[in-house]
Amino acid sequence: MTELLQFTFSGLTVGAVYALVALGFTLIYNSCDVINFAQGEFVMLGGMTTVFLGLAGVPLPLAACFAVVLTVAVGLALHRFAIEPARGSGAVVLIIITIGASIFLRGAAQVIFDKRFHTLPPFVGGDAIRIAGAAILPQSLVVLAGAVIILVLLWAFIERTLIGKAMVATAANEIAARLVGIDTRAAVGLSFAIAAAIGAVAGILITPIALTSYDVGTVLALKGFAAAMLGGIGSAVGAVIGGLVLGLLEAFAAGYVSSQYKDAVAFLVILIVLLAMPRGLFGRAPVERV
Amino acid sequence: MPAYANIGAVIAVLLAIGAGQACAQVKLGAVLSVTGPASFLGDPEKKTLEMYVDDINAKGGVNGQKLQLVVYDDGADANAARTFATRLVEEDKVVAMVGGTTTGATLAMMPVFEEAQIPLISLAGAVQIIEPVRKWVFKTPHTDRMACQKIFADLKQRNLTTIALISGTDAFGKSMRDQCVAVAPQAGISIAHEESYGPRDSDMTPQLTNIKGKAGVQAVVNPGFGQGPAIVTRNYRQLGIALPLYQSHGVASKQFIELAGPAADGVRLPAAALLVAEKLADNDAQKPVVVAYTQTYQQKTGQPVSTFGGHAYDGLMIFVEAAKRAGSFDGAKVRDEIEKTKNFVGTGGIVNMSPNDHLGLDLSAFRMLEIKAGGWTLVQ
Repeated sequence: MTELLQFTFSGLTVGAVYALVALGFTLIYNSCDVINFAQGEFVMLGGMTTVFLGLAGVPLPLAACFAVVLTVAVGLALHRFAIEPARGSGAVVLIIITIGASIFLRGAAQVIFDKRFHTLPPFVGGDAIRIAGAAILPQSLVVLAGAVIILVLLWAFIERTLIGKAMVATAANEIAARLVGIDTRAAVGLSFAIAAAIGAVAGILITPIALTSYDVGTVLALKGFAAAMLGGIGSAVGAVIGGLVLGLLEAFAAGYVSSQYKDAVAFLVILIVLLAMPRGLFGRAPVERV
Repeated sequence: MPAYANIGAVIAVLLAIGAGQACAQVKLGAVLSVTGPASFLGDPEKKTLEMYVDDINAKGGVNGQKLQLVVYDDGADANAARTFATRLVEEDKVVAMVGGTTTGATLAMMPVFEEAQIPLISLAGAVQIIEPVRKWVFKTPHTDRMACQKIFADLKQRNLTTIALISGTDAFGKSMRDQCVAVAPQAGISIAHEESYGPRDSDMTPQLTNIKGKAGVQAVVNPGFGQGPAIVTRNYRQLGIALPLYQSHGVASKQFIELAGPAADGVRLPAAALLVAEKLADNDAQKPVVVAYTQTYQQKTGQPVSTFGGHAYDGLMIFVEAAKRAGSFDGAKVRDEIEKTKNFVGTGGIVNMSPNDHLGLDLSAFRMLEIKAGGWTLVQ
């Protein structure tokens, strides 16, 4: 019983990390049908900038705010100088551009920051909370809470505001959106800015648990992407559920099956789910109107 | 006409300078992983080589000739390393090579240097580089087998004989795990349980929970490097496991203590003397060498010293001493002298090479350290 609880805690800890990364994918996908593979680098920038500002003597809360602002600026620059000029080139071209941006950001971070691993102190106390013999770090709860708060804000933004609706409309049909008076450029630009902010916040929250380095984005983006696919790409709820399910799958596979094959087990389950439900757990079925 | 003559003269002088430099310099090759995943190894190695080659040249060079260091960055890609190895041999015509930061790169480059009959001194860890012995290949870092033996010896002293292994699935973790499993029976250690984790995993509590639940386990050994061992150490304390925890030489750096935080207290690991330079006894043969290297490196780079840069120092100095003894840069003569290296005091230990041992270190090269209050202490 203790073991089951411990595996669950572990799964939730890792899953919350994946969920936060996966959330970043949904927004850009919702505005321009693009999977932004530089999302992992937004996460890295958030964590690394906070660490380095902290080392330079800036108080951590302030450093974290700066990191978010800087990452948003990078997100806007990515949109303005890489995505925008290639407008109308189709989703595949844009996706490849984001891969290029991801490699570029990683290279730049390697030069500007350094190549070592870094950590941040946990936000609230470092001692584990013990429940029925199992232990969970308070920081894991912070990450979980962060994922839920971002989820709620994002859901409210997309579903309940005009700007959010404009984004969804832009993704559905750019020309039609422009015809009804939506500034589609601004909508896509805004989605990059918000995705960057989500990424940066994720990076700051998870650094005390998962540590950070210039190349931390690659694996996180891969796992986050898998989580987003599992949950149904484009769905914010799906991203969080997908992340948590992926984390739990890995933890149970590591605990009950074999730690050698935990990633294989997790990805096998994702494959099976996607075979049965190609749109993911919470994905919307495509609606074609003639 | 006089104007042309002047230009001609200038060109002639420039050519002469160029040719003169080419003659007076001897090229030493180095293919290192300065960028990429192994950059934390390759970066200090490159800095060390550059620093000491400058230093040697300032003091008049070797055998009356200046050394010219040719560094290529393989980005931890063995294919790139192989290409650079060929370039070093065919275009740069180096007299020797210090490098191959990673085992993969070294294994890929060895055949090139074997064929060209140019000595290669590798800075990579795996025992496969020197076993079986290859005529032209040497290495300076301790092997992971020695790390296992050192840990097991310490366990025996504490009367702990049943252990659990939790290892990373990266090349380093796998290789050391295999060596530990191989030498455990000889050392009288039985491995009751084994777990593993991916190099980028951010939580290892499920694996550690399984270890915690295994009856009879008296200690836990964690072969791995990178951020994995730091997370294992944190999770270990999070779960409140009271058994002694051993890490490997792969994480023997201040960074590990920083990353693992207070959880690192009480962790033991084998490491080179370099890490505890100031704490060594005054009559320790290695003390002057490691203290001097630490001071030079920290002064010139402003960064904390690492054992990896130390391996590069050892490799360079073994080559320089051999070339001095040989009195020339003739490949075969330098190779023979490298093999005859005896009582060379390096940062990694005291090197005594022989035709069947192209590493030349014994277990005394490793010191057993324990982390106490965020610092290293020597275990007597």
